[in-house]
Amino acid sequence: MAKHWWKALAVLILTYTIIAGFTHKIPIIGTNGQSSRGLYFHVPMWVCMYTMFTISVINSLRYLSGYDLRKDALASAAGGVGVFYGVLGFATGTLWATYTWGSTFTSDPKQMLTAVALLIYMAYLVLRMSISDIDKRARISAVFNIFAFALLIPLTYIIPRMVDSLHPGSASTPGFASKDTDNNMKMVLYPAFIGWTLLSVWIFTLVVRYKKLELKNIFK
Amino acid sequence: MHAIHYLCGNMKSTALHQTITLVKKDILLELRQKYAFYGILLYIVSTVFVINLMIGKPEEKIWNALFWVVQLFVSVNAIAKSFMQENRGRLLYFYSLVHPRSFIAAKLIYNILLMAIMSIITLVCCVMFLGNPIINIWYFLGVIMLGGISLSLLFTMLAAIAAQANQNAALMAIMGFPIMLPLLMMLSSIARSSFIIVYQPGLPKLFLMMGSMDVLIIALSMVLFPFLWKD
Repeated sequence: MAKHWWKALAVLILTYTIIAGFTHKIPIIGTNGQSSRGLYFHVPMWVCMYTMFTISVINSLRYLSGYDLRKDALASAAGGVGVFYGVLGFATGTLWATYTWGSTFTSDPKQMLTAVALLIYMAYLVLRMSISDIDKRARISAVFNIFAFALLIPLTYIIPRMVDSLHPGSASTPGFASKDTDNNMKMVLYPAFIGWTLLSVWIFTLVVRYKKLELKNIFK
Repeated sequence: MHAIHYLCGNMKSTALHQTITLVKKDILLELRQKYAFYGILLYIVSTVFVINLMIGKPEEKIWNALFWVVQLFVSVNAIAKSFMQENRGRLLYFYSLVHPRSFIAAKLIYNILLMAIMSIITLVCCVMFLGNPIINIWYFLGVIMLGGISLSLLFTMLAAIAAQANQNAALMAIMGFPIMLPLLMMLSSIARSSFIIVYQPGLPKLFLMMGSMDVLIIALSMVLFPFLWKD
């Protein structure tokens, strides 16, 4: 049981996040209104996605240095969970945009480039499906995964900060800094980061177990 | 096959030498067969002609968009072939002779040359069939060279990956198009300055981004290709 305390922690924190996130008092600013509560769900999704993609690329690098298929299972599981969280982040983001920016799909560079980055990772999953030989699949998809991660960072992190965007933290808008975020909101936001990330790791471990069962004849 | 025999005689030659020899080999093969070149030429002319039949002479914004779409498909078609013509036996032969890094470097250089020629042909075709809205021709030439280089670098790497996955052309599209999207967006907005006299505030930044993207792709190809080739 001692190994599983963090799962209980994840459930507790997420219960707190959801209850407090929907009920506590937040500052009502302009068009944001109550939709600011999206902060507790939208931003943590991206934290989870980056965590998963980082786990994925590290395992791809480890695969290429040792050709251990277990690492490939880790990389593909993390890639899949990362895409799942990316889609959730995109969905919560478009929902927020619908009410705050007035349109579900704006020509906001961060929104568009994130969609592009997600498509690249979906291509990674399709690439995996298209190769039947296990070793070859592992090797080629590891190479593509590193390629994808190297593009993910400039696409979603560097370019949107250089051009004008509706998102906070671009060339013309102020970023979320610890000093200008409401204290009340920080009380929920920081636990939300931890809670959602723990949940993503939990899902990841489950997917990894499933993948290892699939390949148990090989691993033994 | 002179070039390959020549390669054989220089097994201990330097990486640079190997690369140059491989580029020469690719050019020689292309000059002999002329298959890729005329195939793509026909492809460009018919695409642009179809556009002409459909919309005549478009205004500059549409001209620009159509030009880059044609460029995209030309580069996919031209570069997907670069690994298809190498059959398994020949690849194995190269594997025993040269370092994979020289091999991919040669492919990158050859594809850049090919794409540069194709870009000029596309430009000439577009001007012939779709009219000439370009004011600043030298600037536009520079942009299409930059675009050609970026497209060819990216698709060479993706063709190398697709070649390992049973030469799957659909896979190339799935992998390539999302990556292509931001690149084409940047290119078309850089190119806008050659149609209208306009001040674009972020222009140097866009050039910087394009350049760093190219450097990133070259570095990744050099590092990752040796892993792809271990078969």
